[in-house]
Amino acid sequence: MSRDNILHKVRTALGRSAGQPPAPPPEARLRVPEVDLETRLARFSQALEALGGKFYRAASQDDARAYVAALVDGRSAVASNSPYLEQCGITALAGVRSGFLEEPVLRGLCAVTDFGVTSADYGLADTGSLVMLSSREEARMISLLPPVHVAVLAKECILTGLDELFTVLALPAEATSSMVLITGPSRTADIEQILIRGVHGPGETHVIVV
Amino acid sequence: MTTVPHKQFQETLADTGLQLAIYSATGRLMDKRRATVRQEVLPDYQELRLQASALKKHTIENLDHYLEQFEASVAARGGKVVWCKDAGDAAEFLVRLAREKDARLFTKVKSMTTEEIDLNEHLEEHGLEAVESDLGEFIVQLAHSRPYHIVAPALNLTRYDVADLFTRALGVERETVPENQTKIARRVLREKFLAADIGISGANFLVADSGAVVLVTNEGNGRMCTTLPKVHVAIAGIEKLIPRARDLAVFLKLLGRSATGQPLSVYTSFLAGPRRPHEIDGPEEFYVLLLDNGRTRLLADREKRQSLYCIRCGACLNHCPVFRKIGGHNYPWVYSGPIGQVISPQYRGIGQDPWLPFASSLCGACAEVCPVKIELPKLLLELRGEVVKAKSRDGESRLERLGFRAWSWLMRHPSLYELAGMMGSLVLTSPEEGKWLRRVPFVPNVGPLKAWSSERDIPPLPAKSFRQLWRTRQGVAR
Repeated sequence: MSRDNILHKVRTALGRSAGQPPAPPPEARLRVPEVDLETRLARFSQALEALGGKFYRAASQDDARAYVAALVDGRSAVASNSPYLEQCGITALAGVRSGFLEEPVLRGLCAVTDFGVTSADYGLADTGSLVMLSSREEARMISLLPPVHVAVLAKECILTGLDELFTVLALPAEATSSMVLITGPSRTADIEQILIRGVHGPGETHVIVV
Repeated sequence: MTTVPHKQFQETLADTGLQLAIYSATGRLMDKRRATVRQEVLPDYQELRLQASALKKHTIENLDHYLEQFEASVAARGGKVVWCKDAGDAAEFLVRLAREKDARLFTKVKSMTTEEIDLNEHLEEHGLEAVESDLGEFIVQLAHSRPYHIVAPALNLTRYDVADLFTRALGVERETVPENQTKIARRVLREKFLAADIGISGANFLVADSGAVVLVTNEGNGRMCTTLPKVHVAIAGIEKLIPRARDLAVFLKLLGRSATGQPLSVYTSFLAGPRRPHEIDGPEEFYVLLLDNGRTRLLADREKRQSLYCIRCGACLNHCPVFRKIGGHNYPWVYSGPIGQVISPQYRGIGQDPWLPFASSLCGACAEVCPVKIELPKLLLELRGEVVKAKSRDGESRLERLGFRAWSWLMRHPSLYELAGMMGSLVLTSPEEGKWLRRVPFVPNVGPLKAWSSERDIPPLPAKSFRQLWRTRQGVAR
């Protein structure tokens, strides 16, 4: 049996016996600096824009809704089931469809829709990343299949960076089977090192911080 | 036998277009890396390297524990770990799974591990279609080639090569603009993503405390392959383990920077098991294939097991003066550059391509940029020692040993050494000031001497030896 065979080889190679506990692993020192909200927001927008993403700071939930409305403007959009989007009134906008719980329906729709609108659990200021945990409220496809991804989140969700993320969320697997960090629009440089956006994922990313 | 096959490299060296492509691509990657690890932008870069190295060392030295912990964590999330001793085991599992699920189409995330075990060929033999979905890998697959570089697989191909390939293989009109070529690939692959039965990925990291597979991509193909098909199979070497999710804060900061000069790649997926009851989408089944394929043999070597720390960023390739001249396809196996030179002989046996550890100037640039501090030049030297030892066991290097014994004897007899030096300076003179000699004059250039001098020029000996100069100086000082 491969399992026992491989584990036996590993133990022999290391001179360890079955069930022998290891010494505690070295500490991964995570530093969470005190950075005020304004600075975090400024860093976030700078990092995102450097990657070709669009940042918009909405004065209110109504303002966020108006931004999305102007963006969609007669084209089609799928919104996630996030209560925050509903609160902002985004799910009620013309052209925006929401409330899907069945995978096949959602897949069919996302494959032909112009915009995917989601919220996000966190933003990371250092890198301009969105952190999204898959759930009943957030399907994975909405931020993946449509050519444009629009994310709307509250300003308090912007953390400093990876260290803070893994400090507040030490065990992501307890909350979800899929956590994804999205850092700017999809890109490639596989042909002659030329940067091209929008290979498989969305080529356009808008982040609206309320 | 340990002679580096220079002739084989000639084609690459003479191809000016290719030379320029390698040089500029690796050069750009070097510049971009440097810009993101600078003191001003990442003050704790060196500390991160130390931490990453220590974490890997700890994990590798207690690997059995973390493998078992990982297996239990995956099971607790409803996934399954499958242990594979080699390529055959992995292929067999996938073929059986495909039959069970009545699956025909696989979409694949770029993975060096599946290259290592020739997975696509194995699947094709059984009538299964495996489509590479990373743009570079897609191009490489259409060309029936193998990746040129760990992170830039199609580095050796131009937009015109891609245009030819696309026209031939996809039946599209000739298109030479990379942006439009990318659109073609997007369209073709989108259909595959939506139709695929099983998604196959590698793993950048396996997280023991979470049972998670971590995938880092820029294009989004990683998410496609692990979101849309009903089944996700990740294939990873047993060395990919890290203890805790929080350790990712260290590794992720290093990986993107070292590989492509990105503080973070576009998509980092942390995948722990199949979709849960409350989740809307994602795979219904989740398997992780843990692959040995020679790794346990390497693990038994106390000195060299550090080569299992590698996180496949490719920085050592970009910074290697040898790689930058000979490119990726002159290395005998899928892993190229300094890390390839170190792991290939260990995975496949030192007897295969014994020249490999010798194709290096030991300049040390690779070790300097390695994010997990693998001592690559030291390991190359160790491997050289092993090759030579194996040779002398076979009685092959008798002449070489004789030569060195004579040399050592001469070194122990100073006056004779000086005499030999004086004679040498009469013979090894250069017709032109400072110009090196192509061969040893007056000595028939045959046999081992020819083999030696065909690859090396010899500096002329100065008219006055160091000892002579020293004596003169001493005289002056008195």
